[in-house]
Amino acid sequence: MKYVDEYRDPKLIAALAHEIARIADPARTYRIMEVCGGHTHAIYRYGLADVLPGNIEFVHGPGCPVCVLPTGRVDDGLAIAENAGVILACFGDMMRVPGTKGTPLERKARGADIRMVYSPLDALRLAKENPQKHVCFFAIGFETTAPSTALTLLQAKADNVRNFSVFCNHVVVVPPMRAIVDAPEMQIDAFIGPGHVSTVIGVKPYAFIAEEYGKPVVVSGFEPLDLMESVLMVLRQLAAGEAKVENQYRRFVSDDGNAAALRAMEATMQLRPHFEWRGLGSIPYSALGIKPEYAAWDAEVQFEVPGVRVTDPRSAQCGDVLKGVLRPPQCALFGSVCTPEHPVGALMVSSEGACAAHYKYAPA
Amino acid sequence: MCLAIPAQIVEFPNGDRTVAVAEVAGVRRRVNVDLLRDGELASGDWVLLHVGFAMSRISEEQAREQMEILQMLGEAEQAVDEVRGYGLAETRP
Amino acid sequence: MDTLAPPKRRFRDTQIEMAHGAGGKASRRLVEGLIAPYFANPALAALSDAARLPYGDAVLATTADGFVVKPLQFPGGSIGELAVNGTLNDLAVSGAKPLALMATFILEAGLDVTVLEREIDAMARAARRAGVPIVGGDTKVVEHGMADGMYVSTFGLGTIDPRVDLDPASIRPGDRVLLSGPIGDHGITILLARGDLDLEADLRSDTRSVWPFVAALLERCAGEIRWMRDPTRGGVATALNELIGGSAYGVALYEEAIPVHDGVRGACELLGLDPLHIANEGQFLAVVAAEAAECALATLHALPGGERATCIGEIRAEPKGRVLGVSSYGGTRVVDTLVGDPLPRIC
Repeated sequence: MKYVDEYRDPKLIAALAHEIARIADPARTYRIMEVCGGHTHAIYRYGLADVLPGNIEFVHGPGCPVCVLPTGRVDDGLAIAENAGVILACFGDMMRVPGTKGTPLERKARGADIRMVYSPLDALRLAKENPQKHVCFFAIGFETTAPSTALTLLQAKADNVRNFSVFCNHVVVVPPMRAIVDAPEMQIDAFIGPGHVSTVIGVKPYAFIAEEYGKPVVVSGFEPLDLMESVLMVLRQLAAGEAKVENQYRRFVSDDGNAAALRAMEATMQLRPHFEWRGLGSIPYSALGIKPEYAAWDAEVQFEVPGVRVTDPRSAQCGDVLKGVLRPPQCALFGSVCTPEHPVGALMVSSEGACAAHYKYAPA
Repeated sequence: MCLAIPAQIVEFPNGDRTVAVAEVAGVRRRVNVDLLRDGELASGDWVLLHVGFAMSRISEEQAREQMEILQMLGEAEQAVDEVRGYGLAETRP
Repeated sequence: MDTLAPPKRRFRDTQIEMAHGAGGKASRRLVEGLIAPYFANPALAALSDAARLPYGDAVLATTADGFVVKPLQFPGGSIGELAVNGTLNDLAVSGAKPLALMATFILEAGLDVTVLEREIDAMARAARRAGVPIVGGDTKVVEHGMADGMYVSTFGLGTIDPRVDLDPASIRPGDRVLLSGPIGDHGITILLARGDLDLEADLRSDTRSVWPFVAALLERCAGEIRWMRDPTRGGVATALNELIGGSAYGVALYEEAIPVHDGVRGACELLGLDPLHIANEGQFLAVVAAEAAECALATLHALPGGERATCIGEIRAEPKGRVLGVSSYGGTRVVDTLVGDPLPRIC
């Protein structure tokens, strides 16, 4: 597969591992936060910790949109599905996320019309094909996915599809990054920035991390060679006492991002004054809601949702793991009470959640 | 987050420039290319696909440049390995 | 009156979910935690693909299977062929020469008779190809809206080849894990055939009887085969985890050696799926003594359809009870059993 296989070349991965080992300072530890859940998944999937020197540690960041979605919002989505004549359309990632009264898959087994889609446009098509029903699309994701939802809203309006709505849970990546780099208990040396989000927002939004906090940021691709090169770039910056934003994913990320994507988001969405992040608490201007001009397609306007704030059991330490304060096995519930089959917190449900990735890929 | 995969645009069915057929290893799907309308998009171009949308067009130049650097590093490592194999001391800075 | 106390059941789920039929952890929990305790008997205890029943000088093998595939027909085959080949394969990987099959049909009222006839024809052809008669069965009809058109359940009978002694406990470090051919074709073909994902690919189900391949191996190296399995629902990952779970040894899988057709790879990359978790209907795994591996592979390569048989790993002392994927650059990852059905992801 072009533009994939070359970045999985074992010889080049090994070569980078040697170079990293050569320049890593044995007298110190390096704590690098990879923000994006996709990077967490890739690190485990390709066993990169095995080929990096032991003094380089990945701290798993909060870039997993399923993981940070509060249980109350899952309940709200499922409440929409309980309305007669409603089809709730979700990504596969959502199907096993536990709400208070079960996961979408379990509710589907009990009769709710919940269907999996690959694209928000598939949900819109479902609405056109089922004029007697209402299709509500459960939208999740960071800025990578928000433009797709935005374009779908634009198309729904253009085609005047009246039996379609979006339950919008899109979040944006910079506010939690700021919250993390600002937190006194954090000890992160550098960040590996989210590659696909950056195709939309570019790399300039991360400048504050380098300029205000003096930490290097390298925006990375998702193949093992990308991550290895990004680690090398981080180490080189640290060795030189530098702190700047670098773009390792230059083949797909332009420094300015994608203007058409940003325009679509601007036309249909607006930042919510605050939004609850599971494990991180409420963060201002960190999530997107639908603009009043598109209220006819806003599920929160069209439907009543419970809007109940559900707190995690105190024993679940998702928040600490999300902030990178704890590693997954250090949570008291990890692997015993909380497993991918019976997840207590969402970090165990999404395969890119820090805990699920660790449970599945790292030997006990 | 964000599973996105490089795919090649193989045709524009219907002449409508917002929808294209993209192909990965022989698997085809209709994708929306509206997010790339600001630039030139042609059959044969490689794009990044996410949830049925093309997010970005590849920069062949950047990809090539990057690969060259990585290959050079790979060759340098190989050379060092050979040198080590001869029992000579490592002389790189 | 039956005064036996019911067995202690370890199954805590309160309702049946799709995951219980997916062939992974949930399925295993249902069988081990609820079904097996009630039926308890020595032949059942092994929970292998076919039960072994000593009978005079012979050892009979019996197997039962259910087929609920949707859509009924797909590139490369249909429910009828799956039913015949799947049953033959359960016997084959138990080292059993198939003797006879039986089939029960559960039909949905309103099913088009041409559809039924097509499936019966497909089953007849598959059985004839294998030289195994379908000697009986049953038919029931349920109301419109049930049975997705038709469900097929089968029973297979065979005799275990006396030259082979398959025992998962006999595996040793150094044994090789052999795979008969590329994986993922069946599961991905079905996923694409359902149409919800809007993906097109030139893929076909790999459904076929593996008995000819197994028979050839039994001729050449029966004594060196430790264990075999057909990796159906749950894929190669689940099959190998079932072998090694609780054992004193582990499996090392050579990531780069695992054969996957391009289209399967492309679909898996697009959907975020792992080919190791995808169902196969025409492949089998065999763990053989190291010294027999070359001969076993040569035997398979010589047969039409066996050209891509390859060694995909080995048994090692560590990690105990786990399957470890190993890359040539030294990266490792644990390959776990599937939990429920593999779901496409976007994150």
